[in-house]
Amino acid sequence: MVAAILPLVLDEIVLRRQGRRILGPVSLNVEAGGITILMGPNGSGKTSLLRAMHGLERLSAGSLHWRVPEIETRARQAFVFQSPIVLRRSVVDNIAYPLILDGMSRKAARALAAARAEEVGLGELLGRPAQVISGGEKQKLALARALMREPEVLFLDEPCANLDPRAMRDIETILRKAADAGTKIVMSTHDSGQARRLAQDILFLCDGRVIEAAPSDAFFALPKTPEARAHINGDLLP
Amino acid sequence: MKLVKALLPIALAAFTATAGLAETMKMSVTTSFANSGLAEVLLPEIEKDTGITVELLVVGTGQALELGANGDVDTVLVHSRAAEEKWLAEGNGTHRREIMYNDFIVVGPAADPAGAHSAATAADAFAAIATAQAPFVSRGDDSGTHKAELKLWKAAGVEPTGDWYKAVGQGMGAALNTAAGLDAYIFSDRATWLSFENKAGLELLFEGDPALFNQYAYLPVSPTKYPHVKAAAAEQLEAWLTSDKAKELINGYQIAGQQLFNFNATSE
Amino acid sequence: MNDILLGLAEAARRVVTLDPDLVEITRLSMAVTLSATAIASLIGLPLGAWIAVHRFRARRLVIAILNALMGLPPVVVGLFVYVLFSRSGPLGVLGLLFTPTAMVIAQVIIITPIVASIAHQAVRDLWADYHDLLISLHASRWQRIGALLWDGRRALMTASLAGFGRAIGEVGAIMIVGGNIDHSTRVLTTAIALETGKGNFDLALALGFVLIALAVLVNLAIHYGTRTERSSRW
Repeated sequence: MVAAILPLVLDEIVLRRQGRRILGPVSLNVEAGGITILMGPNGSGKTSLLRAMHGLERLSAGSLHWRVPEIETRARQAFVFQSPIVLRRSVVDNIAYPLILDGMSRKAARALAAARAEEVGLGELLGRPAQVISGGEKQKLALARALMREPEVLFLDEPCANLDPRAMRDIETILRKAADAGTKIVMSTHDSGQARRLAQDILFLCDGRVIEAAPSDAFFALPKTPEARAHINGDLLP
Repeated sequence: MKLVKALLPIALAAFTATAGLAETMKMSVTTSFANSGLAEVLLPEIEKDTGITVELLVVGTGQALELGANGDVDTVLVHSRAAEEKWLAEGNGTHRREIMYNDFIVVGPAADPAGAHSAATAADAFAAIATAQAPFVSRGDDSGTHKAELKLWKAAGVEPTGDWYKAVGQGMGAALNTAAGLDAYIFSDRATWLSFENKAGLELLFEGDPALFNQYAYLPVSPTKYPHVKAAAAEQLEAWLTSDKAKELINGYQIAGQQLFNFNATSE
Repeated sequence: MNDILLGLAEAARRVVTLDPDLVEITRLSMAVTLSATAIASLIGLPLGAWIAVHRFRARRLVIAILNALMGLPPVVVGLFVYVLFSRSGPLGVLGLLFTPTAMVIAQVIIITPIVASIAHQAVRDLWADYHDLLISLHASRWQRIGALLWDGRRALMTASLAGFGRAIGEVGAIMIVGGNIDHSTRVLTTAIALETGKGNFDLALALGFVLIALAVLVNLAIHYGTRTERSSRW
């Protein structure tokens, strides 16, 4: 599947909140295909950049263009938040919700959601209230729900923060599979290991700016900026 | 929510069930009449004889006349001559027909600190209470009873003000409850007093002065002013209330062995 | 103390014997109050949700008005409805004065602000949780409100029950617009006022106990009926 809404072009976008610049100016192109990973220290603007691309933040300056009018992209992109937001309903109803919004019948949506839940390993928990499942399970639920509309772009904000290694592996497997099926994945992570395992491209942020954009191999082999070097080295130290 | 929705049809069904088959009319009456219990004797007989269901709106005299003036009832039965005549003069009703009278009494603490019991007239009894500054509870609600009370203060030459005079602005029953609580004097109609069940330390202290007679009059609302009023039913009811049968029932109505009302309607 | 015991005994006797007068006024109390609660919920719950979700210019004003209306004395509402539906009033031709319908209207006016206000608070908290997700999923305004009302139904039930509680115990307004007509518009609260006026304290108390029991039963029935107890762990 070719992502028809990409590329996404960011032209000198800036976010200011309460007079303080928290992001930008950032200019970049997000091309179709593969996994792009945002790295950078805390407060470097990874979350803000992801949210801005998804249209959750009002731009203070600059502009952002999809290949098609933005309104047509809304249901074709999805977002997984760092702390998963679950609806106060059962697991299956949570996952089915995007399809219900699209007007699908409850029964059909539930059947598709059940199949998706099975894929991500939530098959046993379908009828469970989503509020009471574990953090890792909630994150899988959020991921499964985000994939229901088969989005062309999936944004994820540190989806594996606070997860145990096993849950992290599960999520990485799901993401690889989605990428292989043609979904463009843009995610942030603190974990260099995860970035190495998943990324085709790296965007390295510092102080609200993208200071390095490179293919993953090149980035980890030879970071160009001292900040990126320090970040990777710091991360590699015990 | 679901349950509420499920109950809604039942709720609505209950409304329709209250819509009667026979003709109904509305009459506003004073609390003193309704509280006496006479209504419960008369209304079933009226329904039996005329087929009319009379719905009572039990309010103070002021509100009773107001409901008639707004066309919200078909007829009015109250006891306050001056207010009735003013009401008629304003074109609210067709005429005034006297039906019966009962009487007012002075009730007070059994110890009777003001000595109202030995007064010669009602006005003297009031004057004694005022002189003693004994606590007195007044309806203070512009009702027929309240107006009668004010007339007696005037006759006694007293301007009722001060800590001892407590205007409660409530119905007869509520005012009696207050008087019982304060061990105070109070001006009441006999009927409400006799059927009142919370007498506490109160006793009947003064009665019998003709100045205490309380005339009830029947006032149909003007169909000229409000074409929707049930004038025919009001006329039928008037005929019944002035009939021999009504006379028998009204004069025969007793509480604790005492006659409460005296029928005095004259045939036309 | 004696009055209370007598009241309890009288209440028990009338309930056990299914006293026809008691059954009649209880039924009307329930009919009027449940109707008013249902209508107030249909208006108040979406209104509260709408205010919680949308930023519009008059929002602060609407919230202030709702909060002010919560303190409105029922007698004032009663008078207002009376003047409206009196034969000499603007809606007099409808002939609704002194009918249960007029009582429902008065109660709806009294409790809708309460329902809306509590719903607003409940939905506001849930909206803070859901905001990013619903925006991300591109839910329409009505879909957002639908999700908040459905997922917040337990808190909203509380809002409706608060309205019910206020309505079932209300006397000032329905006395004026209903008229407390025997076999027509007499309900538990107006009957209590009447019996108190007659000094019939034990009967008044008995009716009061029936009223309390009824309110408790309705609360329990609705809680169990909608299985909110079971889902309380949500």
